[in-house]
Amino acid sequence: MTTPDQHQDTPPQNRPQSRPQNMGAFTPEAQAEDTCTKPSFYAYFIKRPIVGAFSLLTGMGITLKTLCNVTSTVTQEYPENRDTLTMPPAFRGQVIMPHDEEGEHKCTACTLCEKACPNGTISVLPMKNIANKKVLGKYIYRFDQCTLCSLCVEACPFDAIRMGNDFEHATVDKDSLVMVLNEKEGRL
Amino acid sequence: MDLVQTEIPEGFTRSAGGGHTEEYYLNMGPQHPSTHGVLRLMVRLDGETVKEIVPHIGYIHRSIEKMAESQSLIQNIHLTDRLDYLSCHMTNLGLCLAIEQGADVGVPERAEYIRIIVCELQRIQSHLLWWGCFAMDLGALTAFLYGFDEREKITDLFEELCGARLTMNYFRPGGCVSDLPNEFIPRILKICEHMKTTLDEYDNLVSKNMIIRERTQGVGILSKERALSHGCTGPVARASGINYDVRKDEPYGIYNRFDFDVPLGATGDCYDRYTVRIEEMRQSIRILEQACKDLPDGDFRSKEKPNYKIPKDEHSFSSVETARGNFSTYVVSDGGKTPYRIKYRSPNFSHIGAINDMASGYKLADLVTVLATLDPVIPDIDR
Amino acid sequence: MDTSTHQPVQQSVAERLDPHTATTPLGDWVRELCDAPDGGNLLSMTINVIIIIIAICAFSSLTAMVLVWMERKLAGRFQRRLGPTRTGPFGLLQTAADGLKLFLKEGFRPNASDPFTYYLAPLLPLTGAFMVLAVIPFGPSMWIADPELGLIFISAIAGLGVLALLIGSWGSNNKYSLMGGLRAGAQAISYEVSLILCFLLIVLASGETNLLNIVEGQQGNFWNWWIIKLPGAGFIAFIFFIITSTAELNRTPFDTTEAESELTGGFHTEYSGIAFSMFFLAEYVHMFIAAAIGATLFLGGYNAPFEFLPDGWWWLMAKSYAIIFLYIWFRWTFPRLRIDQLMALEWKFLLPLSLINLVFAGILIAMGWIL
Repeated sequence: MTTPDQHQDTPPQNRPQSRPQNMGAFTPEAQAEDTCTKPSFYAYFIKRPIVGAFSLLTGMGITLKTLCNVTSTVTQEYPENRDTLTMPPAFRGQVIMPHDEEGEHKCTACTLCEKACPNGTISVLPMKNIANKKVLGKYIYRFDQCTLCSLCVEACPFDAIRMGNDFEHATVDKDSLVMVLNEKEGRL
Repeated sequence: MDLVQTEIPEGFTRSAGGGHTEEYYLNMGPQHPSTHGVLRLMVRLDGETVKEIVPHIGYIHRSIEKMAESQSLIQNIHLTDRLDYLSCHMTNLGLCLAIEQGADVGVPERAEYIRIIVCELQRIQSHLLWWGCFAMDLGALTAFLYGFDEREKITDLFEELCGARLTMNYFRPGGCVSDLPNEFIPRILKICEHMKTTLDEYDNLVSKNMIIRERTQGVGILSKERALSHGCTGPVARASGINYDVRKDEPYGIYNRFDFDVPLGATGDCYDRYTVRIEEMRQSIRILEQACKDLPDGDFRSKEKPNYKIPKDEHSFSSVETARGNFSTYVVSDGGKTPYRIKYRSPNFSHIGAINDMASGYKLADLVTVLATLDPVIPDIDR
Repeated sequence: MDTSTHQPVQQSVAERLDPHTATTPLGDWVRELCDAPDGGNLLSMTINVIIIIIAICAFSSLTAMVLVWMERKLAGRFQRRLGPTRTGPFGLLQTAADGLKLFLKEGFRPNASDPFTYYLAPLLPLTGAFMVLAVIPFGPSMWIADPELGLIFISAIAGLGVLALLIGSWGSNNKYSLMGGLRAGAQAISYEVSLILCFLLIVLASGETNLLNIVEGQQGNFWNWWIIKLPGAGFIAFIFFIITSTAELNRTPFDTTEAESELTGGFHTEYSGIAFSMFFLAEYVHMFIAAAIGATLFLGGYNAPFEFLPDGWWWLMAKSYAIIFLYIWFRWTFPRLRIDQLMALEWKFLLPLSLINLVFAGILIAMGWIL
């Protein structure tokens, strides 16, 4: 074994071929012997079928072990386990805009998310409030164009949007995928 | 039945008719169970024997390199997910390294370690999927589901880490999107321990299985010279005896700090490609254990205000070792927000080019074996 | 070799009813109704034949349903899955649901195919299966036909299935189908030889080709079964029978005929709907038949493993299903052999060893070294 630093200095052609230790009977040398040289009668007609049959039985043992081991089942029966199914917090579902108890959101209509989006998924339509200040009018999110890359969430400096944990998005109505995320216009 | 065609289809060296036996053409794909997507192989067959193979690609071309020119550098990262979707962390890393090189962004120590951990986990995950598909292409359907079961554990980890199971979009220039979640390192180590016993079980179920050995040993031989001339990299090249691994030869990130071996094959047949990949999983576990042990505290993303603009006429280039080989990214900038041109070099493209060398002369079933050991990801070829 | 000294073993047959002349209560009742209590007249024979045909059809459909469910459930468990759970309790109605789906599907025929051969092929395999079912003795009085050359009849009819694959694959006008069919033909011709050598060993040992006589010859305890009674040779022949019958059934590891990763579906690539379901049904009926023949020849048929237990059809079922479990186990463990390796296994390994085993068994029988 050479150290990584030595590896840097020696060109690949002259480098000692480091072989892993635990390849056992499967080292390329052993294989080359297996396939390239003409095998003897004993190796070909006696040893090979016996070793082969034994290897097949070993494989059958593994599948039988799985058959008998009931706990090995990994199937999740989906609609039944809906109540207990939780997605990790980082899961990237659709973009949602959290609202607090008073129904207020944090969006200032700065359109950074709109610029960050690679697909034109988000349209931020600002409006002027009574004080002639720019506030959010409509936050249009086209889920049918979204690739769930979460670049908009990263771009947002106010944590106004985040990725939801919902994953059951299937619908028969394509229009329902274009949604307005804010509940009411403006921000007081 | 008009099995014999007189004209020579594009790409073939000679016609199927006219020999001492009647040869015929067979279209494998683009809809075929063993072409792993929408690859189309046109095969000239003499009975069951493969005489010549002409691969046709382009059925899933999405013009990602052209799209890259209209998107900002950071928006391009999520497009690299769609190249080699089984090693998308590595393709993300390739673009991030190129951007870091061009825009001169530093990466914190902890982020470097996180990158190594995630990439090696992905390598194991990708090889597990390959293992299952390889077994399925040879007819062992149970191994396919075992492979997917183990892969699922790693995919669940990724889901907790970055919120997605396939299109990760996790790396950014200067670090990663988020820090590792709680209790992440112990779970990785647990998976490493589990994988060690599982890989031994895989050896018993598939590697030592006589039928597998009969079907792969001495089949689909790719000589060292032909592998070099086709530009093969990754496990395919290493199985042919080419000692080339980007992680060792041109270490990116902090790969030069880790102690791991590069498994090499001698004959370059399907069984060598198989064992090299199985052994790579063991080596990835070694790297993971070292990286998890040394993981420092600190930032997961550089604090400096990122200005992801590559200066005008700056060319930046990076190579990473994906689960399939050398994936290179070449970014040319005109000083604007979007790159002038991005060129990706995908390993699968070279491998598919070598398939005629590997599989012609063998039986049709061996073509499937060869294709399975190449582990192609078609979206990476077409881009 | 002089085998004239060997007498077929006929123990205690006199104690029980002669199975060759035994009748079933249902048949007796029909004959009484038709006023022909002894020999039967045309009417009673017609009614009985209709009953038998209905019974065979019902039995094959039921067997196929049970076997498909069993295979899917076991496959699920072998693969850390649950298998079908949604249709009925434990997914028992899954096969019915599958069948319904297949029957309702559009019958699709490729434009360039030959309609006569294309539609003839799906009818053949079940015909062969029904004919073989007729000669299998399910119980002491549960058999339909009792030909003297029962075993030879079976080996003759068993070749019919592959004919269907050849016809169907040719008629589909598809290169994948054709390759699957040609593979099936080559495979069936090769493995038939070893299979018949296994049959021959039993014929040699029991001196009978009549299946009822073969079963009656294995009466008593389980060491009277040919698998144990012929020391060594019987067991080797049984293993060879399992291997060759797996190949004859085109099941993994010998499923080069279908080989979905190479030939997308093999001979049934172009079949859909009801035509495909015929192939599918026949495949599972054939599986039961192969297992039943194995149980009859090597495992004592309907005989109980111990003398004090009553004989009956349930023993044949239990033994057959044990062999079927083996077939399923093979399928969900092994990868597929390549076609040339398949041929090499038969001609270079199984056939010579079968012949040697036959000679070995002949010596055992001639010397009287049987248990």
